[in-house]
Amino acid sequence: MAAEPKRCAIVPALNEEDSVGAVIEGIRAFDPGFEIVVVADGSTDRTPEVAEAAGATVLRLPFNLGIGGAVQTGFRYAAEQGFELAVRLDGDGQHDPQELPAILAPVLAGDADICVGSRFAGTGAYRSTRSRRIGIRVLAWAVSLLVRRRVTDPTSGFQALNRHAIRLFAADYPHDYPEVEATVMCFRHRLRIAEAPVRMRERAAGASSITALRSIYYMVKVLLAIFVGVFRRNVVLLEER
Amino acid sequence: MTPLKVSIAGALASVLLILVVLELIRSRRLRERYALLWLATGVVLLVLSLWRGGLNTIAGWFGVTGYPPAVLFAVGVLFILLVLLHYSTVISKLADQNVVLAQRLALLERELRGRSGQEGTISPTAAPR
Repeated sequence: MAAEPKRCAIVPALNEEDSVGAVIEGIRAFDPGFEIVVVADGSTDRTPEVAEAAGATVLRLPFNLGIGGAVQTGFRYAAEQGFELAVRLDGDGQHDPQELPAILAPVLAGDADICVGSRFAGTGAYRSTRSRRIGIRVLAWAVSLLVRRRVTDPTSGFQALNRHAIRLFAADYPHDYPEVEATVMCFRHRLRIAEAPVRMRERAAGASSITALRSIYYMVKVLLAIFVGVFRRNVVLLEER
Repeated sequence: MTPLKVSIAGALASVLLILVVLELIRSRRLRERYALLWLATGVVLLVLSLWRGGLNTIAGWFGVTGYPPAVLFAVGVLFILLVLLHYSTVISKLADQNVVLAQRLALLERELRGRSGQEGTISPTAAPR
């Protein structure tokens, strides 16, 4: 590609007024060519103002849609604006912009339509609670089985996508804790998936939104969704229903 | 003891419920999060239909000695109540969100009209009651 691809960084954020500024600066320091799109998912603090002051494009959702709805808003924007490349970094600072090259490489080389940064594919020792690690292992097993490819971090939101993946997710993206179902969706739509080992940080500020009971609910819901999804024959785009 | 016919009928009905719900999920007409309670209903009723000894025991706890399948009805009704209650909360949330959307839309239209004369208005084809 002679010219650099039109690219954006989608940053979903709920109440991250303390960390979103740093995330934006970090992306800009890595590559000022990214249009930074912060999706404020019904923020009650000053996240939208902080992001706008830092020069990001801010999409303010009128109420909380959850991470799936928020990220999909970013994808819709990316699709409408004709972006050829998109990355996703969470507004809480867990994703390090300096790790972007690892996930960008396969997509830029044309070897994959979506590349997911995995915490468990090699480098670094990501500390998490034991129950979380077991849960992720179970989901990784299920997803690997369904996409016929070894997937080590099915819940990672640190992703790079090309036009095809952007357009798919803009039209249809799972709602609650979507990353796992989205991986299986990619496979069923014949998009090429790649993983790259990355290092992630602990949460910079604020509290995690997943409690123990929610984790069980989430596991049941996600496993149900991906196994039932196997039986869907045709692609049903949201707008066509 | 529960008549065998009742156990079979209960099991078949439960399986049918589960299959219908799974198909609704598969065809994207029902979201997983709203299907979970229905699936739980189907599974619990299936277990109680097949586990006749267990149904007998549970019926005994509640003083239902004459006709244990009455517990099947009771459990079924209880679960339906739970589902209805859950859906009531879902509808409430949707209604609240709807209000926010309507209000934001009104403000947005006002701003559009302010910026570009009359061209900015999204004219309603028919206002719903």
